[in-house]
Amino acid sequence: MLQPISVSLAKLNLITLSPMLVVVGGALLILLIDLLKKDLDKSLYVMLSVLVLFVDFGATLSLGINERGFFDVMLEDGISILAQLTILIASMLFIPLALTSKRFHEYSYPEFFALFLFMIAGFQFMVATDNLIMIFIGLETASLALYTLIAMHNTPGSHEAAIKYFTMGAMAAGFFVMGAAVVYGLTGSVELYDVAKVFEARMAEPGFAIPLIGGALLLMVAIGFKVSLIPFHLWTPDVYEGASAPMAGYMSIVPKITMMVVAMRVLAMYVDMGVEAVRWMIIILAVVTMTLSNMMAIVQEDVKRMLAYSSISHAGFVMAALALDTTKAYSSIFLYYGLFLFTNLGAFTMLWITRHKQKRYHHRFHHPYEKFSGLIHTSPMGAVIMAIFMLSLTGVPPFSLFWGKLYVISATVDAGYIWLAIVMALNSAIAAYYYLKLIVYMFLKPPVPGVEAIAANASRPLMVIVGISVAVTVFSVFVMQPLLSYINYMVSVSGY
Amino acid sequence: MENILSVLIFFPLVAALLGFLVKPQSIRAYGITVAAIEFVLTLWLWMSFDASDGGFQFIEFFPLVSSFGINYYLGVDGISLFIVVMTALMTLLGIVTLGEVKKLKNMIISLLFLEVAMVGVFVSLDAIVFYLFWEFSLVPMLYIIGYWGGEKRLYAAIKFFLYTFAGSLIMLVGMLYVAYVYHEVTGNWSFSLTDWYALVLPISVQKWLFWAFFLGFAIKVPMFPFHTWLPYAHGQAPTIGSVILAAVLLKMGTYGFVRFSLPMFPDASVAYILPVGVIAIIMIIYTAMVAYAQKDMKQVVAYSSISHMGVIVLGTFAMNPEGIAGSVFLMLSHGIVSGALFLLVGVIYDRRHTKLMSEFGGLAAVMPKYALIFGIMLMASVGLPLTIGFVGEYLSLAGFFKVSPVMTALGGFSVILGAVYMLSLYKKSFFGPVTKEENKVLPDLNGRELAALVPLAAIVVWLGVYPKPVLGPIDTSVKALVQFMDTKAQTPEAKRVIHVSKSTKEAK
Repeated sequence: MLQPISVSLAKLNLITLSPMLVVVGGALLILLIDLLKKDLDKSLYVMLSVLVLFVDFGATLSLGINERGFFDVMLEDGISILAQLTILIASMLFIPLALTSKRFHEYSYPEFFALFLFMIAGFQFMVATDNLIMIFIGLETASLALYTLIAMHNTPGSHEAAIKYFTMGAMAAGFFVMGAAVVYGLTGSVELYDVAKVFEARMAEPGFAIPLIGGALLLMVAIGFKVSLIPFHLWTPDVYEGASAPMAGYMSIVPKITMMVVAMRVLAMYVDMGVEAVRWMIIILAVVTMTLSNMMAIVQEDVKRMLAYSSISHAGFVMAALALDTTKAYSSIFLYYGLFLFTNLGAFTMLWITRHKQKRYHHRFHHPYEKFSGLIHTSPMGAVIMAIFMLSLTGVPPFSLFWGKLYVISATVDAGYIWLAIVMALNSAIAAYYYLKLIVYMFLKPPVPGVEAIAANASRPLMVIVGISVAVTVFSVFVMQPLLSYINYMVSVSGY
Repeated sequence: MENILSVLIFFPLVAALLGFLVKPQSIRAYGITVAAIEFVLTLWLWMSFDASDGGFQFIEFFPLVSSFGINYYLGVDGISLFIVVMTALMTLLGIVTLGEVKKLKNMIISLLFLEVAMVGVFVSLDAIVFYLFWEFSLVPMLYIIGYWGGEKRLYAAIKFFLYTFAGSLIMLVGMLYVAYVYHEVTGNWSFSLTDWYALVLPISVQKWLFWAFFLGFAIKVPMFPFHTWLPYAHGQAPTIGSVILAAVLLKMGTYGFVRFSLPMFPDASVAYILPVGVIAIIMIIYTAMVAYAQKDMKQVVAYSSISHMGVIVLGTFAMNPEGIAGSVFLMLSHGIVSGALFLLVGVIYDRRHTKLMSEFGGLAAVMPKYALIFGIMLMASVGLPLTIGFVGEYLSLAGFFKVSPVMTALGGFSVILGAVYMLSLYKKSFFGPVTKEENKVLPDLNGRELAALVPLAAIVVWLGVYPKPVLGPIDTSVKALVQFMDTKAQTPEAKRVIHVSKSTKEAK
């Protein structure tokens, strides 16, 4: 006989849902407007999306820290708020990139913007919970929207990219579910805080280690797919190549940071319990990822593919911090991605600005290195800006990513993994080669005749986004202090 | 002016940014003026410097990232003061002699950015700020070599960048570890050098940190076997690039030894005198022999500059005031002399567009002034007494003599072999009959070139005869440094090798 359950509204603590409700509401509003009046310009939807995200940002900021809600499924702790803020900033910078001077297919549909907002809701759900089912639902909501967004670019390449991403993503989701099932089988719970308790209690049982590590392995594979760690990275360069430049830039940041947060909740639980196998698994994956992807990035002919491999390598770099299990290491992940966001999105925006409708420079690629040859003569400002982004990605001070690298390596050194820190340092040196290659093309090679109209896709909103990115990249040293103390505080109050 | 060091850093920076707005036809005058003002400012710094104080002066402190211990922390002592002055001087003279190059405006702006980085390296007392300038100096240099260089410029520029970048990242890991140890000991984060000096590290930690820092500095110096980037860089770089590279950028490495390795890891430094000394001697003898084998004048100067850098390293690791003061002085004289030699090679290259010695011969008859100044610089490079080269070289070797007479004797080959390759260069190019028709009509030095080279020749003679105004402040600071190392040293071996009390008595 089922007992009626009485739940008071106050106990549900619906406020923890407010950020997601805002974006979902915003998405519905966009659909509604489209229903009422056709032929509205994309600029309206862009600005509406920005506004919705802005309100969402406010709602996220005003959340109480470490609040649970909705039958304890929602968890708004420090890292979830940090992750949501990062996602929202990246999204607010991303969406105005629709306002290009050339017309692109996807932005003529209001559904694009609605889907985009739904996707953000999915990401927010994913980071704001420690319930494996809820993480899965968030992941799927976001991913399904993202596949569609990629396909809407409507080139043969983008269709291929979307399908590739979809199949790989489906596989990753499968692994995640299997991992969650194993965890559930072992502990009888999908709530990670319960899971941790049961694990602790059963740790000493003989033969428990194998299913324990097996479950972790399955979850690791799923996370590896989404963060694109080698050997689960195969989809990444093709998907980035097929997707539009800003979408590729967006994918190199937001899905990764959300999955990092999931990894922090799931894998860090194992590391925290002292399961050394998981720690070493993470370290080995991280080292393999950053090293091999650097090697592969060196031989790329297309800047976008190079940036794809570079973002894999950055993900590996950050992943190493996950194995350390210190507050500083977790903070360094957020700091790194917070800074990486501006630089990388800026670099992809620069590619977007130089995008032509036709492939004028190469039969396959939109952005081969040759296209940027002698850019300093044809477009000095553009060359300098792109060079700043590349130097930042290399980790040359005083540009922003240097501080991120500094902090991540410092966290590694503090945790006693000096050899790992040296591997990371050497990898940064290898990476310098391919970033320099672009600088060499832009500054040191003569321009190719007939490429005058390099900034074909430029428009004022794009310039503003690039300007913001440059400003953050160059002047980051002045915001490091408040940023660091905020991140440190948020991470440490979450108990990491 | 209390904050003169900030002015020295930010004045060229602002000037470089404003330079973008100056019209190309006036940019040369702009560059010269800015560099001259910067040089006058460094002279002012020298004048207001208190020579009797061995510690840091003109200290500026401003927290940048306080929770992580990164501060904007500047200061000079006798060791860095003259390198800063020399930096400004060589930049100024480099800009003055700049020939007709393509995109002069970009060149001048790059040089000003480079000056910011160079001055910054020598005046920062915070490891991260030091590292910031240290790395940033690569960027303008990459552009200078890569854009204005010779045929294989891209290869040379990228090799230069990657080599130094890789080395300094390892150094960065070392720095982060020191900061971590400091945090463990005191509970605070700090990257301030003066805080780090106070840290007494266990010997085992010192040993690996020594090598981490060593790698960063050794690549910059460049020490054998990491020197392979330099001949390429020099060979391909335009004259101005070589001048700055030889005069200032290489000094960053040896300066790093004096500023970081010695006071932070005195025991490890003493323990590794032998391997470092052996490397330095290989560097001295091997590169001198390579220099002799070169056909290209510029390569001779390039290899000779590596060879003399070996003497600087030897002097630094003498661990006594004479050796270290000598090596600091040699940094200055090497900067002036090798800078001048590169300028001189540039002069002839501008006229003939070749640097092969076989293309010349009998230049002394055609270009007497040129031959005279070249002769003076050559003598200084060899280390002839009464030239600037002698003082530093003698003191460095004399200092190292106390450590190991045998190795000093081998190090003395720098002088002998230096004379061999330099004089043979001089003989082949300047004496004998004028063999090539086109050499007969070469114009002698013009006003601009004289304006740059005559002051350098005057400095060479002046400081060779009377080095005291420069050597005095250096000596005061170096003594303080050695005194400090002596107090800090833990192992009996280090106590024995670091000569301080005896030599201060001698000085009195």
